[in-house]
Order: sequence, then structure tokens, then C-alpha cells
Amino acid sequence: MAVRGYVVDRGLIFAMPVNGHPVIFKDVSYRIGDKLVLDRLSFEVPAGETLVLLGRSGSGKTTALKMVNALLLPSSGEVLVAGKATNQWDLIRLRRSIGYVIQDTGLFPHFTIERNVGLVPLLEHWPPEQVRSRARQLLQQVGLDPVEYLARYPRQLSGGQRQRVGVARALAADPAILLFDEPFGAVDPVTRLELQNQFLDLRREVGKTSIFVTHDVREALRIGSRIGLLHSGRLEILAAPSEFVKARTPEARAFLAGLEEPVL
Amino acid sequence: MRPGLSSEIIDLTIEHVILVAIAMAIAIAISVPAGILLTRRAGMRPWVLGFANVMQTIPSLALFGFLIPVPLIGGIGKQTAIVALVLYALLPILRNTMTGILSVDPAVRESAVAMGMTGWELLWQVEVPLAAHTILAGIRIATVTTVGTATIAAAIGGGGLGVFIFRGIASVDTAEILAGAVPASILALISDGGLGWIEKRLAVA
Repeated sequence: MAVRGYVVDRGLIFAMPVNGHPVIFKDVSYRIGDKLVLDRLSFEVPAGETLVLLGRSGSGKTTALKMVNALLLPSSGEVLVAGKATNQWDLIRLRRSIGYVIQDTGLFPHFTIERNVGLVPLLEHWPPEQVRSRARQLLQQVGLDPVEYLARYPRQLSGGQRQRVGVARALAADPAILLFDEPFGAVDPVTRLELQNQFLDLRREVGKTSIFVTHDVREALRIGSRIGLLHSGRLEILAAPSEFVKARTPEARAFLAGLEEPVL
Repeated sequence: MRPGLSSEIIDLTIEHVILVAIAMAIAIAISVPAGILLTRRAGMRPWVLGFANVMQTIPSLALFGFLIPVPLIGGIGKQTAIVALVLYALLPILRNTMTGILSVDPAVRESAVAMGMTGWELLWQVEVPLAAHTILAGIRIATVTTVGTATIAAAIGGGGLGVFIFRGIASVDTAEILAGAVPASILALISDGGLGWIEKRLAVA
């Protein structure tokens, strides 16, 4: 970790290890038939940053995310990962160097937690003892007791626990980039807060480039180093949280209105 | 009971089992890979399933009859019987293999691809294990049906327990018919029970 950056987290400034790869979107459009899902998207995620893509359903935020690990390829423009366009990458290599966490976790129901977490290391033919110790270490890191959980199956875990395993799995082969697609959308609010705090702790420890998709503006403000607001496939605003709260575009106001609403 | 009947029952039961086993081995070897291929080539589905469907609708006695004049695979004897049994067994295995793989949770498939699994890794580590109990259910249905259908093989000289049944019908001898029918039913029950047990063990909640 030669380079160090800083991260502001819950009002405190931390020195942060920076060891990810940068991601650059250059004029990226994506069409399905006549429908323009992404409209000339251009932005840069420097190594180690957490960019939150905020938007309503259908705004194109998940589509944009899937461009990074080449689950989708741009109709025009290009996405550069570590300086190389995704369509130039060996897709298997690219995907194994990117961690991916989705809402339904996508854990393999027929694998134990250990094998789920160790999946990419196993695909990469790490020796079994090394996979096992890595799985232990990661479970500990996401707050699950390895002794208790390694041998279990996903169906024996609660939603929040599965989500933690999903994060551990994404970190397993020490990827340079992490992608999160509304990872905490399906858990209760208390668990969500815990998972968000965990995410911030992890970010401080591992400092990877992260892109995080959500429709929850509070979540975006809590965890983003910058927030990109997507509306109808266009990037409307790209700003740090402190700037974002001052934004005056209609879509930004629509999202920020949710913050001001009185509870009673 | 006429003398020598019990040893004949044993011989013909063994012959029956061998007939069914060979037919099922061939049917599985064709249908499982074909079913997997169909999950990758949606355009081929109506053609292949259509063919297998048509095979199922042909009355079994007629199918055995149709095959007799066909060169290479036809004629009188076991070979023709096996071909007919294979044709019957294709559909349930084919359909269950396809359904089993297509019903794997899309989130699981997507995360497998996103984690950098190759096509083969996705198939062997994720899709086939998760579809295994559905595929096996197809094999079980096909096996039970084949045990019954194989009794007709005797009509074209294929041997097996059907020999008793046809002989019994010709000589109006109920005991002879039962000597074929009872062991055939028991075979069907055993294969159903055995394969059902394995199927349950493969099920993933």
C-alpha cells in the first residue's frame, strides 16, 4: 500500500489504504431495442473511492454497474477498468478480479458457507488449507463466528447473515474493485444500519474501489465518498455528499425531500 | 405350478432387467446432454421436444411393429426392442433436464457468472447439482414406464417377462400371465422406490 488517501466517515477523518483499480466510464450508452437505458455516461472512479450510484428503479443504475464486470457491454463508448476497456479484457480474469454483491446474495444453496466464501479462490486453484483459513478470516471480518457458520448452508442463515456472507465472498480473492447492487435492500432497518457500519469499517481496512448502487438517499449520504445521481439513464449530478445535499435539480430535490419529511 | 416355472421366472426377470438397463443407459446418455444443449439453444427446443413428444404418442405395440422393417436398427429381436424403449424414455428425461436447469435461481446463475465461472464451471458446479433431483425425477418416471413397456418387447422377440404374458394370453392361462405381470410390477416398484430415495437425498432446499 504505497498510496494513502483519506476518508471522512461519521465526522472523523481516517487515513485510508488505497489499493484498488480506477474505473472510468467514457461516453457509455446502452440500448435495448429503441430504448436508451444509459445515455452517454461519463465519470471516473479513482482507486479507493466509494462511488454511490443513486436513482429510482429504471434509472439505469444497475445497468451501469453491470458494465464494470462486463455482464453487459456498452452499445457505444467504453468502460475502462485498470486502464483497459472491458471488451478487451479476458472476461473470466476481469470478473475474478472484481467482487460482486447483490440483493438476493446469489449464494449457492448447495455449497456450505465455507465453499461459498472460498469460491473464487477455489476456481483459482488455491490450496485447500489456504482457502479454509481465508474463509475463516473473512467471516471474522464480517462479524460471523467461523466455528459456528463455516459448515452451515445458506438456508440456515438469516437474511442479514447471508448478506454478510455475500460481502465476505466478494472479498475472498482480494479483488481490486467491489460492486454492490442494493446489497442491503432486503434486510430490516436495524440490520441495514449494522451492515452499513460494517461496510464503512471494511472500507477503512481494505480501501478498495467500490461502486455501490442504491435508491436510498440516506444510505448514499452515509457511505459514499461521492454520489452520482442517475435519472433516465443520464448522470444528473456527481458530487460529494456535502455538495449533494445542496443540489437543486428536480430529481435531486425529489430524493432529498425524503430526508426532510417529519416523522410525526 | 408347472415344473421349471420358478427358474424360468428368474431367467426372464434377469433378461427383463438387462433390457431395461441397456435402454435406460442409452436414453440417459442421449437425453441428459440433449436437455442441457436445449437450455443453451432455445431455437432447437420446439423441434427436439416435438420429436420426443411424437414418439410418446405412438402406441407402444405399433412402435415395435414400425421398427421391424427399418434397416440397421430394426428386425426381430432385442436390438429393435431396445431402440423402441429408448425412444419412449427420451421425453421425460429430456424435459426434466431442461426444466431443472432452467429453473435454477437467476440470482445464483448471475452471481456465478459475475464471479468469473467459465461456462463449464457454471454447468458442473452450479446448474447440474441444483437440477440433479429434477433430472433424476425424470429418469425415475422413464424407468418405471420402461419396465412396463418392456413387456411388449416379447411381441417382436425381445424376450423378458412379456414372454409369459403373451404365452398366457395365447393359451388362456392366467397363472402364466401372472408369472410375467407380478415380477414386472415388483420391478417397477423397486426401481421407483430406489430412485425416489436417491432423488430425495439430492434435493436441495
